[in-house]
Amino acid sequence: MLTKRIIPCLDVKDNRVVKGKNFVDLMDAGDPVKLGKKYSDEGADELVFLDITASHEKRKTMVEMVKKVAKNIFIPFTVGGGISDIEDIEALLKAGADKISINTSAVKNPELISKAAQRFGSQCIVVAIDAKKISNGKWEVYVKGGREPTGIDAIEWAKKAKMLGAGEILLTSMDADGTKEGYDVELTRIISEAVKIPVIASGGAGNLESIKDAFSQGKADAALAASVFHYGKYSIHDVKEYLAKEGIRVRI
Amino acid sequence: MIIIIDYGSGNVSSVKNTLDFIGVDSKITSNPNEISEAQKIIFPGVGAFGYAMQQLREKKLEAPIQEAIKNGKPFLGICLGLQLLLEESEESPGIRGLSIYKGKGVKFTTGKIPQIGWNETVPIKPGLFERGYMYFVNSYHVMLTDEGLVATKSNYMGEEFVSAIKSKNVTAVQFHPEKSGEFGIDFLKRWLNAD
Repeated sequence: MLTKRIIPCLDVKDNRVVKGKNFVDLMDAGDPVKLGKKYSDEGADELVFLDITASHEKRKTMVEMVKKVAKNIFIPFTVGGGISDIEDIEALLKAGADKISINTSAVKNPELISKAAQRFGSQCIVVAIDAKKISNGKWEVYVKGGREPTGIDAIEWAKKAKMLGAGEILLTSMDADGTKEGYDVELTRIISEAVKIPVIASGGAGNLESIKDAFSQGKADAALAASVFHYGKYSIHDVKEYLAKEGIRVRI
Repeated sequence: MIIIIDYGSGNVSSVKNTLDFIGVDSKITSNPNEISEAQKIIFPGVGAFGYAMQQLREKKLEAPIQEAIKNGKPFLGICLGLQLLLEESEESPGIRGLSIYKGKGVKFTTGKIPQIGWNETVPIKPGLFERGYMYFVNSYHVMLTDEGLVATKSNYMGEEFVSAIKSKNVTAVQFHPEKSGEFGIDFLKRWLNAD
């Protein structure tokens, strides 16, 4: 049977991984390849590299990093952050990324989803949605790293993204993000049941139970987490052993 | 030399990266002549069935691949590279496949589509294949007339499907061994050493 995926997310700035206090103990803290490999060895099912660099040179440096990762890590990895057009997507896929995640640019220009899906296949196009709760059962899409509200309903946007050719949805609850109080399981469940493509839950991973809830209650297909892994609270292996014991199918 | 066939759609560099890591020389090519001279052939496929067949025909790769298989050259098809060995697929009605084996590609009827993630492969023909998790990305799977080809089976949301086939010199897998961590690398090593 297909297993639920555990995906660590690495924030990259100028080719270095940022965040993560426990990294200082490592020989080469911040090296995306070394950290990615460490997670892969611990049992990560995929990796997400999120580029938070703001420079114009961004694409070139990201392509170089992707090439290095692709030559050294043999599990799937997704690259996101500031990808704005087909040329960006093509450059990163050619460099060896398995999937590309688009967020703001997809909202501003939904055609980018369909064009990219037609050209490269839906399987490599992940649409990332940052959603904030506005009332009971209603969530609004935010863009530009959560700084700009759009007035768009998150559930409707997820359905539209799927229709345009998204292969997966990476769903971040802005209310839960950084709180460590658990994923927004209600939002995750509603979107997971509405779109019929895999949904990666993100934002709010805290204790082991919260990750279990993302799967059992949130019906997520994968769970993404950053700080719980970076700060060494749990290893990926810890998480998977716990999930297996709780009856959730994982690859161990 | 091991030849990785590039017909212009899939990300074939990931297969090459994995072979480089294993320490085996390989070359990506779309030149029909290099296929007949190859020692072993890897045929990775990504994208749609119809587009891939059209590309293979335009690049004059169809006949050389069919001949190489008939001549007993070790051959490994990956993902769409498995489905293309059959006669047709629901994905692209009316397009004839390489037709090495009788059967067709059919769409999953349950669960989310595509299937994305790590699924267990259960060997029917052990040796080359071991029980364990491989990474899959597929909406279609193969239905074969000859059950004797089946090498591993897997299960997606209650639907059993063929995840690998093996017959003489031909091995073809629905999963991506090049993206399946150590378990996938070990499989590739066994294939490289076996045939």
